[in-house]
Amino acid sequence: MPEQLFQFLVTGITIGSLYALVGLGFALIYNASDVVNFAQGEFVMLGAMTAIALLNAGLPLLVAAVIATLLTVGVGLLLERFAIEPAAGASVVTTIIITIGAAIFLRGVALLLWGKDFHSLKPFSGDAPIQIGGATVLPQSLWVLGVTVVLVALVRAFFNRTLLGKALLACAFNRTAAQAVGINVKVMLRLAYGLSAGLGALAGILIAPITFSSYEAGVMLGLKGFSAAIVGGIGNPMGAVAGGVLLGVLEALGAGLVSSGYKDAIAFLFVLMVLFFEPTGLFGHKASERV
Amino acid sequence: MRLAGFYAFAAAVALLPALFPDNYFVVVIGASAGLNVILAVGLNLLMGYAGQISLGHAAFFGVGAYASAILTTRFGWPSLLALAAGLLAAGLLAWGFARPILRLRGHYLAMATLGFGVIAHVVMVQATHWTGGPDGLAGIPPLNVLGWRVEGDLQWYGVIMAAMLLAVWLSLNLVDSQVGRALRAVHGSEFAAQMMGVDTARAKTQAFVVSALFAAFAGSLFAHQQAFVSPDSFNLAVSVELVTMVVLGGLASTFGAVCGAIALTLLQQGLVVFEDYEMLVHGALLMAVMIFMPQGLFVGLTQAVRRLGSALVGSKPPAAA
Repeated sequence: MPEQLFQFLVTGITIGSLYALVGLGFALIYNASDVVNFAQGEFVMLGAMTAIALLNAGLPLLVAAVIATLLTVGVGLLLERFAIEPAAGASVVTTIIITIGAAIFLRGVALLLWGKDFHSLKPFSGDAPIQIGGATVLPQSLWVLGVTVVLVALVRAFFNRTLLGKALLACAFNRTAAQAVGINVKVMLRLAYGLSAGLGALAGILIAPITFSSYEAGVMLGLKGFSAAIVGGIGNPMGAVAGGVLLGVLEALGAGLVSSGYKDAIAFLFVLMVLFFEPTGLFGHKASERV
Repeated sequence: MRLAGFYAFAAAVALLPALFPDNYFVVVIGASAGLNVILAVGLNLLMGYAGQISLGHAAFFGVGAYASAILTTRFGWPSLLALAAGLLAAGLLAWGFARPILRLRGHYLAMATLGFGVIAHVVMVQATHWTGGPDGLAGIPPLNVLGWRVEGDLQWYGVIMAAMLLAVWLSLNLVDSQVGRALRAVHGSEFAAQMMGVDTARAKTQAFVVSALFAAFAGSLFAHQQAFVSPDSFNLAVSVELVTMVVLGGLASTFGAVCGAIALTLLQQGLVVFEDYEMLVHGALLMAVMIFMPQGLFVGLTQAVRRLGSALVGSKPPAAA
């Protein structure tokens, strides 16, 4: 039994890392623009699908991954420029529908390009499982974990140590004040969209060898990433990371111990429970309402 | 004259099949638009008037549909009794769920309702013993209204349109009642509404329950009309569509929601001609409308009609709807 639990934990942390990266993307965009980007899952799907297509076209993995990530960043920038910027100042519901529209649009593009089939990516370094304790770990899981840790550390360092990162944070706190001290808010907004599209694409490429990818693959991932960001307290990047890992682990435990069919229900039930007791997430700012 | 728009709308609905006899498009698409109108008008009470988003409303649609489907096929209940049971179930569910979640705001509320919708959908897929799982439930008997069995497209058109007009009439009266005014106050500023003595938690819960009842009612009719239900009709995409209808029409206007529901139903029928490009066009249109007409189609349309009307006769046209 303990071995089994350990196995669930490994699976959970792997999938949780993915949720963490997607959640981080949500948090970045929310911070910069107060928009919840429901097309975040589609960035993950685009990253994975583009990398697979490029790899099949004969490019080496690393080159394919880099180009796929850059292309997705480009899509993120286009989304910001042509869908978010023109709707500046719109209500929460309006922006939610705009990003949902963008998600449907991107899914439509993927459907045209790659059809309805499932596609998979070759694992980065073989698929011979490694025995750790009593659990079997796929080498790809280690890739996911390793790269996630590095990416999260980089994002943290970016916010804490670079001028650009601090400028982005300043925009999150108070846009008018940020503008007043000479920060170009528009550029920061694009930076946030580019960054979170890139994070999403990398997450997609990392996970593609474990879960198959298709034009619809982004839907559930986006929802789980949104859940991660909400559980962590929306707008708190490290909270989103913690929320993602927590969600992944609970989901894996639920799937293993209760029922795999109900795993999504278990994950969302957990989110609801968190919101019932902590209406602003586990690590969110306690809101004080302005009248 | 407060209900002038309503009477004009009712007349149009009644005249359509007479103007286009034996027209598949009018009767069948009309019925499906009618169900969407009931759903959108109900959701608009919550979103447009009380200002609370729900991204899980398809769940209540599903509760009504499955209540009718399960009770009539497995337990042989009369259809009207099953419909009432569906309403009761959806109402209780909404009431129980409303208190804890309506404390939440903005994106947190969006998340909670979305989660609720996903959980309901998972249960519909997984509780195979009751719901038939992903394959759904077939063989639902026709709706039986005091001995009259509703059969055929034209009869269904009549029943659904009558139900729709009832929903629109209820909504129009509700928003002009004390409850409706309380809801609008909550939307404007919850704090200010409280100061004026509005029990905001109660007002929001009422809106949530009423909109769930509208949805369950539509669900029940849907189950009998289709004679078949499956979880696909009640998933997240459907919840999103409902929200889109309300916003597309323009929030806080009953006829806006009517307009949005009809527009989206027609759009979906029209998009079929694009085949593989359907999704792409759907997404692009959704973005474009929201970016260029954030107030919704109805506001733009009524303004155009008013201008046209005053240009023609120099007074307010009666058929603004």
